[in-house]
Amino acid sequence: MATRRFIQAVNEALIEEMERNPRIVLFGEDVKISMFGDTKGLAARFGASRVRNTPIAEETLAGMAVGVAATGRPVIVHMMFSNFLYAGFDGIANQMTKLPFMTGGQIKLPITMLCAYGGGTSTAAQHSDTPYGMLMNLGGINIAVPATPADAKGLLKAGIRSGYPTAFFEARTRGGEQGDIPDGDYVTAFGTARIARPGRDVTIVAIGAMVKLALQAAETLAKEANIDAEVLDPRTLVPFDEAALLSSINKTGRLLVVDEARDRCSAASHIAAIAADRGFHLLRAPVRRVTAPNIPMPYAPALEQLVYPSTARIIAAVRRLIKVDDIAASDHRAGAETSR
Amino acid sequence: MDMQAQDITISDNRTLSLYERMLLIRRAEERLVQAFKEGALPGNVHLYIGEEAIAVGVCTHLTERDWITSTHRGHGHFLAKGGNPAALFAEIYGRGSGPCRGFGGTMHVADFSMGILGANGIVGAGIPIAAGAALSAQLEGGDRVAVAFFGDGAANRGVFLEALNIAALWRLPLVLVCENNGYCEFSPTETVTAGAIHARAAAIGIPAVAIDGNDVEAVFDCAGAAVARARASGGPSLIEARTYRLRGHAEAEVYWLSENYRTDEEVVRWQERDPLALFVAKLQRDGVANAAQLAAIDAAVTKRIADAVEIAAHAATPAADMLQPFLSGAAGTTEIR
Repeated sequence: MATRRFIQAVNEALIEEMERNPRIVLFGEDVKISMFGDTKGLAARFGASRVRNTPIAEETLAGMAVGVAATGRPVIVHMMFSNFLYAGFDGIANQMTKLPFMTGGQIKLPITMLCAYGGGTSTAAQHSDTPYGMLMNLGGINIAVPATPADAKGLLKAGIRSGYPTAFFEARTRGGEQGDIPDGDYVTAFGTARIARPGRDVTIVAIGAMVKLALQAAETLAKEANIDAEVLDPRTLVPFDEAALLSSINKTGRLLVVDEARDRCSAASHIAAIAADRGFHLLRAPVRRVTAPNIPMPYAPALEQLVYPSTARIIAAVRRLIKVDDIAASDHRAGAETSR
Repeated sequence: MDMQAQDITISDNRTLSLYERMLLIRRAEERLVQAFKEGALPGNVHLYIGEEAIAVGVCTHLTERDWITSTHRGHGHFLAKGGNPAALFAEIYGRGSGPCRGFGGTMHVADFSMGILGANGIVGAGIPIAAGAALSAQLEGGDRVAVAFFGDGAANRGVFLEALNIAALWRLPLVLVCENNGYCEFSPTETVTAGAIHARAAAIGIPAVAIDGNDVEAVFDCAGAAVARARASGGPSLIEARTYRLRGHAEAEVYWLSENYRTDEEVVRWQERDPLALFVAKLQRDGVANAAQLAAIDAAVTKRIADAVEIAAHAATPAADMLQPFLSGAAGTTEIR
């Protein structure tokens, strides 16, 4: 084990994968100087041929990634802020995610797109979006949203090796956070959720940067209300670990989904739909969501804090979800304890 | 592929080879006019009739190892690059035996084994893909090149400028071939395009010329220089080939258009400049081939297309289980329900 910051873990994954596979090429805007630190040092290490600064031209970068990958070379393209995915969207939505299918499987497209997402730093609405829900709907791209340095490294390495278009979302507010990462080469399998905190009373599915808030909320709930929340970190949204979700709500009977993206047609609403569709018989309360309202992110901190999910909102939602007086003596809990 | 085996019979004569390839495209497209009218096709088609000299003049310089990207009007590029006519028809007919298994169809014909990275339904989208292939070629260090075919409409898309800029900066082995057929769908090009397209490339330091796209030998000569330059690490070039769509934007337009968007006189004027007819006249004038020899090539090409259609028309439609491999992997896990 070693301790790494989130962004260092991403950087290590890139270095190790580019060393492991000399065919990999990486390009994007300012990847040499690296605004977020994730591609720092790569140009010096791997040279100007394999690591290329590009003009600001997202649609062309996405399209070029398709051309590079379709001709047999894995490619990592840095899209910088996730809002810039919109500027590149034909390359992503009509080309990258469609062509492996439209060509009848003649090609695989080993493309990894990196981007920083999320609010909380007063960068206003054009630099604060969380657009993975939009990509989930495309049906041709895997999506990783790591919450820890260990998963950042393992998921990125897995994505690069997968042969599939992969979007890798780095929470912008989590780059400096430290965590233990395993020694040596390892990958974290896509489609395997992680139980960040085991619990019995309610399942909180939290995505990316929301995992930390959910864990804080869970500790407060345990101390102040004797509510034992399980925090489930899906780690990847495509593929999504449905079995882990169903297993958790089988235990708790309640589900809260926490996602900093806007609520409508979101990862949160999709996860809620899975629970309703496949886990209806396991639920003893309605599925609830803590998300952003369907408006752009405001700039002023006072307003941004209202829109951005908080531990207070998570705690309040859990409290509403659980009638605390009922729970101590509930058959459900007694049964759950007996079954252990 | 079988196409090349057949070419050997006239490979000693480059000029006749150009003719044969142009004719192959023409007969294929004419057969599709008929098939569309008969209702034999799943949907609409965009035909290349009148523009054959460009694809053939350019692709004659390419090998299977070179890459092309194409447009929604892409059958001609597929055949010019050496794609199998039977495979082309199978795909257009929506058959499981098509190179894209009927998942792509007429606007998306692709055969990666032949360096055909695909026709594309999004105007201009092939340009960055070809630039990416050119980057692959450059990283590989050999003499492969990539060619992007696109229309005059694509020259108004942002990716055109973006890709030109990167191709020039990185000296990518990329040949940009703009087929200016005078119409962006139904809008006359001059009403939606300011200035000259080739001048846009010249402005950022990419050698660019405008040529008569209906003169296959002019295209051949010009493309030869551009491809040679790319192979020699000399960087990108742009060719603006002026041509004309002798059919409409799409075969189905006769059913939905409420008014004519071009005059009969204009169409007739361009029919008189039909690239195939012009070339036939020249071949005879120069004594390269007589009428009987040309007729024999025509008969062979026509039979080849008829055979391809026959195979496609009787091929099986894609089986449901062909979707199975795509219900996981990049799609995550999904199901039909």
